[in-house]
Amino acid sequence: MKLSKKRVIKNQLFRGTLILSSLIVIMPLILIFVFLLQKGSTSLSLDFFLNDPKPVGEVGGGMRHAIIGTLMMVALGSFIAVPVGTLCGVYLSEYGKGKIAQSLRFTIDLLTGVPSIVVGIFSYLIFVVSFKSFSALAGAFALSIIILPIVTRTTEEILKLIPRHVREAGLALGLPRWRVIWNIILRGSRNSLTTGVILAISRAAGETAPLLFTAFGSMYLSFQVTGPMASLPVQIYNYAISPYKDWQQQAWAGSFTLIIIVLGLNLSAKFLFNTKKLKKFFVRKS
Amino acid sequence: MKLLKDFRPSSPSYQDKMAYTTLRFFSLVVIVLLLIMIGQLFFASREAFNEFGFAFITDDFWNPIDDEFGALPFIFGTVVTSLLALLIAGPVSVSVALYITEYLPKSLSNILGTFVELIAAVPSIIFGLWGLYYLAPFVKDTVTPALKSTLGFLPLFQGPSFGIGILTASIILAIMIIPTITSVAREVFRSVSILHKEAALGLGATKFEMIKIAVLKPSFSGIVGALVLGLGRALGETMAVAMVIGNTPQISKSIFAPASTMASVMANEYAEAESDLHLSALCLVGLLLFVVTFVVNLIARTIVWRQTKGRSKK
Repeated sequence: MKLSKKRVIKNQLFRGTLILSSLIVIMPLILIFVFLLQKGSTSLSLDFFLNDPKPVGEVGGGMRHAIIGTLMMVALGSFIAVPVGTLCGVYLSEYGKGKIAQSLRFTIDLLTGVPSIVVGIFSYLIFVVSFKSFSALAGAFALSIIILPIVTRTTEEILKLIPRHVREAGLALGLPRWRVIWNIILRGSRNSLTTGVILAISRAAGETAPLLFTAFGSMYLSFQVTGPMASLPVQIYNYAISPYKDWQQQAWAGSFTLIIIVLGLNLSAKFLFNTKKLKKFFVRKS
Repeated sequence: MKLLKDFRPSSPSYQDKMAYTTLRFFSLVVIVLLLIMIGQLFFASREAFNEFGFAFITDDFWNPIDDEFGALPFIFGTVVTSLLALLIAGPVSVSVALYITEYLPKSLSNILGTFVELIAAVPSIIFGLWGLYYLAPFVKDTVTPALKSTLGFLPLFQGPSFGIGILTASIILAIMIIPTITSVAREVFRSVSILHKEAALGLGATKFEMIKIAVLKPSFSGIVGALVLGLGRALGETMAVAMVIGNTPQISKSIFAPASTMASVMANEYAEAESDLHLSALCLVGLLLFVVTFVVNLIARTIVWRQTKGRSKK
């Protein structure tokens, strides 16, 4: 039987539309990369990484203070959020029944959906209002609220992949349940759990909105967590909307650095440890 | 006897209880944290609420100098940019999800999938920078004249264009929510029964007809859920929008005009707010945004969860 021409054409047209939309979706990503490569790489230099900013009007200077600030705040934020997030994930996957688990699941869902600027306001109200000054601590706290739900979610998903009989085997050997969880389940899936943490960190490293009025930003290298601290995204924002050509250049260079950090973390997390490896580790084919 | 008992480690059941209590404790901490967050927002915004009441939502003036605040321009900006973004991103993302699940071989679909996910990983500030220096001039010089010459008779497409404005913000938002919609739509399409697809093909349907009958129809509500989830993402997006929307608290007929969103006004004014009432009004805007995104996400989750429920039970 031959298909009518109309149907064949429709089929082809449909396929064409789908291919076209795929191209449309990829295009912005490529355009952004080209833009950043063009603008960013030309203004990138060793000075950029080794110097603090110069006063307005003087050419040169860099973003050392902002890079270090971002690293510090992200580290501090994950120091708070990763242990708590992991524990919550373990609770959900190992004990996840009952009212508390259900409300926790709901809370995590809600926290994922909260706009990051609202998180910033919350952190402002708690830290900045009570300390009466912008502080890196407030910024780190805001970042930790962004990291927490991601870590919890991935931990729960990953631990759920581990088959029941692994737990049963541990219990059958006479181990107490917490040892099964700690020594077998958590140790065994260490690598995959790291993936979740890295993804969460890469998300937090690019966040601007919650840092705008918590860590606020500064023009000096600072290691004081109770004072304002610069961060790469906020510095980029301030420079990008400034009228000075030189600062705009710096903003492009900063963005180039930021996207390399963020996408680098993201891709390495994806390629280094995937969850399929986890399955192989626990389910050996006999 | 007593000595032996002392040397014995505490019983496993006791240790287990301790571990369980610890886990429960931290879970409670996180739940309480969210409650504190909601409480704080209410507490901080009560001053503005006492002053303006529900008229805050319907008043369209925002004047920090005279301490008069109404959030309608920001609600307008948020709703319009998000819906426009959804209009642009929706069809494209669903098509990509279809292409990935139904047409591409597994290796290629992984590559395309990774590309789409990478868009989600790009920080918002970089979208903003790109939008400010690349997209805004492009919209001003290319998109606007084209729209004006074809659809210029509608009031939507009239008025001057400065490049920054509702349209540019919507395009940026559309790019940013594509990954969300695509990944949820993929999940939904994957939950479609393969038997139905085979049946449609067996009856002589072309691939297009098969997708129409056996894939799109049963997953309709799931697609709606994916779109609503994308909407939730778009509502709360801050930096990229703040950089390209122009930050003018006005309600305008034209989509070329600058505007302001709830998130962008907070980003712009919070650090510089001087009077307590101004701060409180901004907190009230934050509370509104929180409530709206909460409701939208809840609706989306419920729809998507119902659709993919059958599959997630392994």
